[in-house]
Amino acid sequence: MTALGMEMNAKALKMGIPLSVQLDLTYRCNERCIHCYLDHSDHGEMNTAEIKDLLAQMADAGVFYLTISGGEILMRRDFFQILEYARAKTFCIKLKTNGVLIRAKEAERMRSLGVESVQISIYSHRPEVHDAITKMPGSLRQSIDAMRLLRSHGLHVIIANVLMSKNVLDQAGVRALALELGAQYTVDPTITPMMDGDRSILSLNVDEAALREVFRNESLVGNVEEFCAPPQGADEEALNALPCSAGHTACYVSPYGDVYPCVQFPLPSGNVRRTRFANIWRDSPQLNEVRSITLRDLPSCSKCTHGSSCTRCPGLAYMEGNMRGPSYQDCEKSYARTGIPSENFKAKKAASVTLIQIHGIPSAAPPQISAHSH
Amino acid sequence: MSENQKRYVARSTAIAARALGDELMIMSAISSTLFTLNETAMAIWEAADGATSLEEIVSARICGRYDVVPEVAMKDAEEVVAELAGHGLLLVSPEPIAPAGSPVSKELA
Repeated sequence: MTALGMEMNAKALKMGIPLSVQLDLTYRCNERCIHCYLDHSDHGEMNTAEIKDLLAQMADAGVFYLTISGGEILMRRDFFQILEYARAKTFCIKLKTNGVLIRAKEAERMRSLGVESVQISIYSHRPEVHDAITKMPGSLRQSIDAMRLLRSHGLHVIIANVLMSKNVLDQAGVRALALELGAQYTVDPTITPMMDGDRSILSLNVDEAALREVFRNESLVGNVEEFCAPPQGADEEALNALPCSAGHTACYVSPYGDVYPCVQFPLPSGNVRRTRFANIWRDSPQLNEVRSITLRDLPSCSKCTHGSSCTRCPGLAYMEGNMRGPSYQDCEKSYARTGIPSENFKAKKAASVTLIQIHGIPSAAPPQISAHSH
Repeated sequence: MSENQKRYVARSTAIAARALGDELMIMSAISSTLFTLNETAMAIWEAADGATSLEEIVSARICGRYDVVPEVAMKDAEEVVAELAGHGLLLVSPEPIAPAGSPVSKELA
């Protein structure tokens, strides 16, 4: 984020403005990715009118950055109606798609509607690996074709490379593909539990050795010495710091109108079919509880040696049972970076919990590393 | 000033914009560069309808509201317009600019 972007974010935080929203239009998808955290059935998506009304409400509430995601967004027949309306409401629009349904016509419309970026998930430069993960034969070729089209129309394309044990060795190949296509490359080895709490897909995560290797790859993390520096504990400033933007300047809205602090923080905070977006944002007891928490309020993390440098995700902590507790996935990241275990990490190791296989990468890492997998 | 010296300004259609307190955030999808406009620049932005000349905008929206010398206001306005136009956020033309989607703009496209 630029200095000006950070300044605007700080101003939005002070004013209580939801500057960024991710809106998932659908959980339906034409791919069946092995690590996906979504239930792909349609349980009653918002219709076109409901979504337009929501977009109008979000614009009035001050939302500037709008990430439209899914599911596969182009599975919605009204996708371009929604996109046109979002453009009329002058959002900064970012799209997340697998690109399979993008042809020249779609690329041209996205360009003419001023889409800021299109993010496409690529798991490998090899079809046999990528297509095995998406469970859709031919999907790599189609996604690459889409990226070429989007680039030829002048759109900013971002490759999101989610790393798992099955594709971790292909990371350099995907980076080379991004370079060839003129796309931005981001990598994220964080596999998150399914939204219903099922943690079985976490077994797909990269192992500890591979994670350590990723964290020591200069092309991914920048200055390795700095990135993997020993922790400094938490000073007064860190103790008063907010954990992340979830619920503070950002939130997530599901295809069913449910509002959550973040796509990775499934704490039900209201539904826009019953309550106006601005009222949920301002009055939701759940969002207000999330907003009230600083590092100082976290019983174990505030005393942890990784306190100020940990990338603890409150959503992952919530999914582990306590939004004020540690996120074991982040304890593992801290250990992989520095070689120094947190007390929680040591306790879980000693207890030989099943979470032992969970690994991830800090979301506060250099720009090439994204916050969430998708 | 004669009619043929006028410049007309219009907001580009494919841009992101949102007021945040007393400022306006704007971003062009082409450059992904974020700008903020202060109160006076916002006044020009909001009045940039393609039908009103920059000279009229400065006269009515700047000189009419703020204690500023017209020549200085015009010079400042020209700088703001040049920067925003350079990033594709504003269109500038010696002729009135039709709103996007109108028959004239479709013909031009």
